[in-house]
Parts: sequence; C-alpha cells; structure tokens
Amino acid sequence: MDVELIRLTKRYGGTTAVDGIDLKVRSGAYCCLLGPSGCGKTTTLRMIGGHETVSSGDVVIGPRAVGDATPAERGTAMMFQSYALFPHLNCRDNVAFSLKMRGIAKAERRAKALAMLDLVQMAHLAERLPAQLSGGQQQRVALARALVTGPKVLLLDEPLSALDPFLRVRMRTELKRLQAELGITFIHVTHSQEEAMALSDLVVVMNGGRIEQAADPRTVFERPATAFVARFIGGHNIIRLPDATEVAVRADRMRLGPQAGPEAVPARVVSVEYQGTSVHVGFEADGLGGEAATALTAVIDDRAYAGHPLALGQTVPLGWDADAAHRLSA
Amino acid sequence: MTDTALSSLPTIAESPAAAASTASLTAKTRRRQALAYLQAAPMALVFLVFFVVPLALTLIVSFWEYNEYEIIPSFTVQNYIDVFEGCLNTADACTTVRTYLSTLKFCALTWACTLLIGFTVAYFVAFHVRSKTMQMALFLVCTIPFWTSNVIRMISWIPLLGRNGLVNDTLMGMGLIRAPIEGLLYSDFSVVLAFVHLNTVFMIVPIFNSMARIDRSLIEAAYDSGATGWQTLWNVVVPLAKPGIAIGSIFVITLVMGDFVTVGVMGGQQIASVGKVIQVQMSALQLPAAAANAVVLLGAVMLMIVAMTRLIDLRKEL
Repeated sequence: MDVELIRLTKRYGGTTAVDGIDLKVRSGAYCCLLGPSGCGKTTTLRMIGGHETVSSGDVVIGPRAVGDATPAERGTAMMFQSYALFPHLNCRDNVAFSLKMRGIAKAERRAKALAMLDLVQMAHLAERLPAQLSGGQQQRVALARALVTGPKVLLLDEPLSALDPFLRVRMRTELKRLQAELGITFIHVTHSQEEAMALSDLVVVMNGGRIEQAADPRTVFERPATAFVARFIGGHNIIRLPDATEVAVRADRMRLGPQAGPEAVPARVVSVEYQGTSVHVGFEADGLGGEAATALTAVIDDRAYAGHPLALGQTVPLGWDADAAHRLSA
Repeated sequence: MTDTALSSLPTIAESPAAAASTASLTAKTRRRQALAYLQAAPMALVFLVFFVVPLALTLIVSFWEYNEYEIIPSFTVQNYIDVFEGCLNTADACTTVRTYLSTLKFCALTWACTLLIGFTVAYFVAFHVRSKTMQMALFLVCTIPFWTSNVIRMISWIPLLGRNGLVNDTLMGMGLIRAPIEGLLYSDFSVVLAFVHLNTVFMIVPIFNSMARIDRSLIEAAYDSGATGWQTLWNVVVPLAKPGIAIGSIFVITLVMGDFVTVGVMGGQQIASVGKVIQVQMSALQLPAAAANAVVLLGAVMLMIVAMTRLIDLRKEL
C-alpha cells in the first residue's frame, strides 16, 4: 500500500523531532530512512506505525489518513531494533502471538506460525526460547512475527545494527529477497548509507527533523541535493568554487597530474590507503574557497596508481572532469 | 583435585610468572581459598547462630517429655501424637485441623487481597509513573506505615472499627444504618484487614522489581501485534512478573501462617490460629508440645512453598 506523509510533525515540549516532512512511498517499494542519530528517522517510523502520536500533519496509508488507529488497524507491523521477542514464549508462540490476540484457534495459529518460521528458515528451532537463539536467529523470528498477520507495510527499526558485519550482509540480501517475494512496502530505518544503497528503491536522507533528499539511490549518489547529503553518502569531495558556489565531485572522478585539466590546483598527499581494487589518496589543497586547506580524496584505479605511485608529502596537480561537478543547493 | 585445577586458573591468568613455581602457586591458592571462606564466614555464622541452632533445638525439644512441673530430655513422639489427637476420627475435624483450616482461610484471603492490591500498585508505579524520582517517592510512601510498630498499626484500627468507632458513627450519622455494624472489629474481617494492611508492601516490592525489568519495547511489541491493554497485561506483564508474585506470596504466606499477634489483637483473642496455639503452650511452659506444633507448622509452610516453586522455577526466572 502507498504510504504518504503530509506535513508530518512531532514536537516534544520545546524541541521539534520531525519538522513538517512530506513524503510519498509507493506501494511495494523498499524505502530507507537514512540519517545520523537524532535526525528524526526513528520518530518518523514510529509515527507511521502508530507508536508515537502525531503533533500535526497526517500519515496516509493506502486510501485513508490513519489518525490514531492502532497498528493492526493501519495494516502495519514493526520489527523492533532490539527485536522485542517475548522472553517467556518460544519461537512458535512468539510468532503466533498476534494471531492469539485476534482469537484464532490454537491449531490454526500454530500451523500459520510454523509456516512463517519456515519462510525465514527457523522452523527447526520453533520450540526454542529467544534466550537460546543467536542474534541473527532472533532477528529471523522477529521478522516472522511481524509478517505473520500479513501486514501491508513492514516497518523496520535499524534491523541489522545488532548483527556482526558478515551476518549483516547476509540478512540484507535476505530482507531484499523477502520484500521482492511478498511485494509489500518496506520502510527501513538505518544510519548506514551502504545498507540504504544496497536495499532501497527510495532513499530518504534526513537531517535535523527534515528531509534533505528523497530519491532513488543512483540519483542520491550522482546528484546529492545538499552538502549534507554528499557528506553523509560519502565518496564525494565538497569543493567551494571561487564564485562561492559549492559543488560535489565524486572521489573516483578526480583527475591527477597531466589529466588534471586547466582548473587543477596543487594538492599535497597526506594519506594513501590501499583498498584492493582501488587506492584512496587523501590530499590537502590550498586556494579552494576558504582560508584553511581543503581535504580532498581521490579514488584511483589500482592499476593506474601502480603506474604513477605517490609519496606522502608530494605535491601534484589535482582537478576533476567538468561534467563530474554537481552543484549543491545551499 | 578439582579445586586446585579450578582455582589455579585465575592465578595463572593474573601473573604468568607465578606459574613457574608450583610450590608458591599452591600456597597462594590456599590463601585465596581461605580468604573466600573468611569472606563467607560472617553470614554463615549469623545463619548458624540465629537459624540453624534454634531450629535444631526446637526439633530436639519437640521429642522431649514434659509434665506439670518439668521438662525431661528423652525421645518420645507423644507430642506429635498429641498434636494430631482425634484427627483419625473422620466424623468431625480435630482441633488441630480446625485451627489449620482457620489459619489457611486467613492466609488465602490475605494472599488474594495483597496480591490484587500489590500487583495494582506495582503496575501503577512501574508503568504509569514515568520519572524515577517519582517512583522512588511513591515507594517511600508505601513504607510509611512501617515507621511505627505493627502493634500500634493494629491498635489504630480499633477506634476506627469499634462499636462506637469512626466508621459506625459516620454511617449512622449519615443515616445509612440504624444500629452499629457488629462485625467490623474482633471478627474475621478485621483480622484480614489488619493482615492486608501489614503485608501488602511485601507484595508490592518484589512485584515492582520484576515489572521494572520488563523491557518497554515488549509492551510496544504486544500493542503492535494488536493486543488490547488487558491482553497485554495477561499475556505479557503477568507471566513476566511471576517471579515477583512468587516471592511476594512466600513472604505473605509465611508471615500469616506464623502470626499470633494480629489474630489475637484484631480477633479479640477469640479466634484460633496455629501461632496462637504455640504461644499459649509456650506461656504454659509446655515447651515440648509447642516445639512439636512449631515443627508441624514449619512442615506445612514448607510444603506450601515447595508447591509454589513447582509452579514457578524461581532460580530460572531470577
């Protein structure tokens, strides 16, 4: 189902956590709310899920504004950051919990719960208590519990943050597969740009309770709307031009030495990091905008770097392709 | 053999150099063990002197003989036979059984009332009071009755509940009743009332403690799953508060089962209780009989606690 936020605002006393945001997530999309901690992304998610009252504005799910409807009435289900599995119930009963609340007979709800556990490959551990499971397994059970009632929108609050990096990548793939299989709307809160890039159809970059940019991952990376987005997404150099406008240039579009072009500035090498397929070279350049030296990064193809290795402290001309410079709005 | 293996581990971890000399290692290990025993000693001593020794003495004395003038060390089960005298007669219950039934009745009523009140108060403080300071303040309010002796707390009910007490006077003044209600004081009602008054806090504290540990996101998860307030209470809060309920129940049950003061004062010395029987025998210097009764009571209370821990595995839940 479509999810639409209209001038959605949340105030706690004097502070505004979410400041009149508008957003439209079309049905079946994988949407990531991305931003640093305290940017209002979790509050937004909780307002969509009915776990937080709305100060002003509206949440529209499908055809109607949900007002203060309960999560069940909204057709949303939430997967909590800490998973929030009931410690006194085994996996099967955890998954069957919402069915039990709806008064569905024992045999039927157990069968449904097992089918759901099967979907997340946890059927063989159905009798275990949450405390007897690993983090990844707990997460699968939490996912099954959220999906068992057939929600139209699944809300995920930093679902991968508690997992180790290896498991995180695996679960990420699995989330994407499940979303494609079920065809329902996923709204996923994360502070990892990598996760947002990998998963989403729609990346919503938030900062200070506002949306900085909402677009598909490629647009966000190719044409970051603001300096904040460019910095948060990473892989960009933010350069202040002599006419005081700011541009973002992808680090892999920086040009060194002879190819640097006419607008090149002399830059001093301050760090060299070998990354396998590429080499990340850190520079400091004077004479770009402000008084202080500007820190710049160039990502150089490993073979090209091997041809012209750089030494720390060396000064080389550094420029960029003119068409790679993307102007940022203030 | 195992203790050297076990206790040598931390020593090695602390200073690898010490492992070189086995002699110094064992000496160190022994010192460490001695220190551990020494640390446990004060509590063990208190337990020994104030719990194990009196209990053992009670058990021993319960097998002694006595007559009107003296207590004679010996071994007889006569005291226990006396406790259950006439109990094999099924036509009507013997004194002991009747006394136990009466005490159990008070116990059950008090338990039900304190559980209901204690759970409600604990739930309110744990889930509806947001600030920790306010929770602490309300907790202190709960303990205010304990600032005076429990006899005074009991006696203070008398001017309230008596024949010409405040309650009767008020009701009569309002014209709700013509004659004073007789059953307010020196009745089962007043006994249970005093028990509830004295013991509710023993329910509140452990239940609150269990509730405070319940992760708030579980309540949200239940709400997300479509549970109503009552469903959340019954399916999430009550199961997770069970350890607190069990501990509170043990407190209340043991206190009420052994009581003789409250039943005496609030029952106008007219109501029997197991504790009262023991006290009367003690004041008549029939110490062996009193000891036998005490052992039987101890057995009964332990049976109740065992039954309760069967329902809830306390060690697992703590």
